[in-house]
Amino acid sequence: MSFIDICLQLLPGMAVTIEIFLITLIFSLPLGMLIAVGRMSKHKIIQYIIRVYIAIMRGTPLMLQLLVIYFGPYYIFGVSIDSSYRQIAVMIAFSLNYAAYFAEIYRSGIESIDNGQREAAYILGYNKVQTFFSIIFPQVIKRILPAITNEVVTLVKDTSLAFSIAYAEMFTEAKRIAAAQTSMLPFVAAGIFYFVFNALVAFIMKKAEDKLNYYS
Amino acid sequence: MKVLEMNHVKKSFDNVEVLKDINLHVEEGEVVSIIGPSGSGKTTLLRCATLLEQMDDGNMIYLGDEVVKSIDGKSTYKDKKSQRNALQYFGLVFQNFNLFPHQNVLKNIMGAPIKIQRRDKEEVRNQAMELLKKMGLEDKAKSYPCQLSGGQKQRVSIARALCMNPKILFFDEPTSALDPELTLEILNVIKDLAADKMTMVIVTHEMNFARDVSDRMIFMDNGVVVEETTPEELFNSDNERTRAFLGKYHDMM
Repeated sequence: MSFIDICLQLLPGMAVTIEIFLITLIFSLPLGMLIAVGRMSKHKIIQYIIRVYIAIMRGTPLMLQLLVIYFGPYYIFGVSIDSSYRQIAVMIAFSLNYAAYFAEIYRSGIESIDNGQREAAYILGYNKVQTFFSIIFPQVIKRILPAITNEVVTLVKDTSLAFSIAYAEMFTEAKRIAAAQTSMLPFVAAGIFYFVFNALVAFIMKKAEDKLNYYS
Repeated sequence: MKVLEMNHVKKSFDNVEVLKDINLHVEEGEVVSIIGPSGSGKTTLLRCATLLEQMDDGNMIYLGDEVVKSIDGKSTYKDKKSQRNALQYFGLVFQNFNLFPHQNVLKNIMGAPIKIQRRDKEEVRNQAMELLKKMGLEDKAKSYPCQLSGGQKQRVSIARALCMNPKILFFDEPTSALDPELTLEILNVIKDLAADKMTMVIVTHEMNFARDVSDRMIFMDNGVVVEETTPEELFNSDNERTRAFLGKYHDMM
């Protein structure tokens, strides 16, 4: 099997990997903001719940979380699971896990904004929501972009963890072909794919950072 | 007519009494300076007046509108909405400017009048440009705060406060973050405002300036008003504490 053939065989898997990547971002970026707001809540109980949530998400392996979410319904509740649940389990596990990391990044950004900004906005009559969206958040984005890039790059590579529940993303396929062909080439192809994917992510994030560089 | 009236204001932080029964009255068109050593409570008084801190006891009236009432020895604030409305009475110029770094000069000034006061964009733009012209900063309208000097930033923040058409303008040590040259820039702007009969309360360490610009000066120490009088009388006071504080100043001259 030629290298080109291998790449062609991996194409559908690549599409699935990109899908996991995009859907995770679509859910976890906003969810992370909600969690960050809860984490900073003055309400002690909400704050405590969120802290426990973040501790669990960061303190245990994503692979374990994937297995728990995928097999949990069957082992715990005896609900039979079919293969279509694989995709849903992957999306849920990745989104919940990444949202916890994003939440802490948002929080660090929000807390780093000088209180004088809030006071100035208050004196000018901005309410809390207006202050957040027109004064605080735009400044937060600029500050957290490098940290977000870090997480997004990690996510590209973490998509390979979906192989643990045999979800047919690119890495699962590469492993299968490698075993069938007793060849290293599928891994080489996989490595190149991740590398190029991340180069693209880094490029886009750099462009975004440049765009926000109009002030300091 | 009184623009601001604060009576028997008390405020403690963690059982430390910072303001002990303070009265502050400001007439329309009047310039009042508040001086005193660090920790005397000047800034806290200003922060109470601008609703950034809540006072423990005392009342506060802006143009007849009793924003804070004293009931049974406790300050009682009006609801959030009325407090928000009360913000329209005054403007505040901060020591550290607190301009919004992600917005250009014009946006900094025009943001609140358009968004909060819901005024016509063109009208606000005209007023903003006029204010910038007055501040000698017309050519900086499209600049970002990080491209300005400290003095320019402070002039923008004064313009930002003025564009809200406040009835009274507070300054919290407006020149403390500036070098002597830039300080002069700002003091001249404030003098121009005084000439235009803008009602102002200025917390400052610039004694010469306070003496020149003020109709009335308040010397605070340790949470009380030690003396409140005209600049001439204050600088010739025979009060011991006042003399001690200003003495250090006289020595420097």
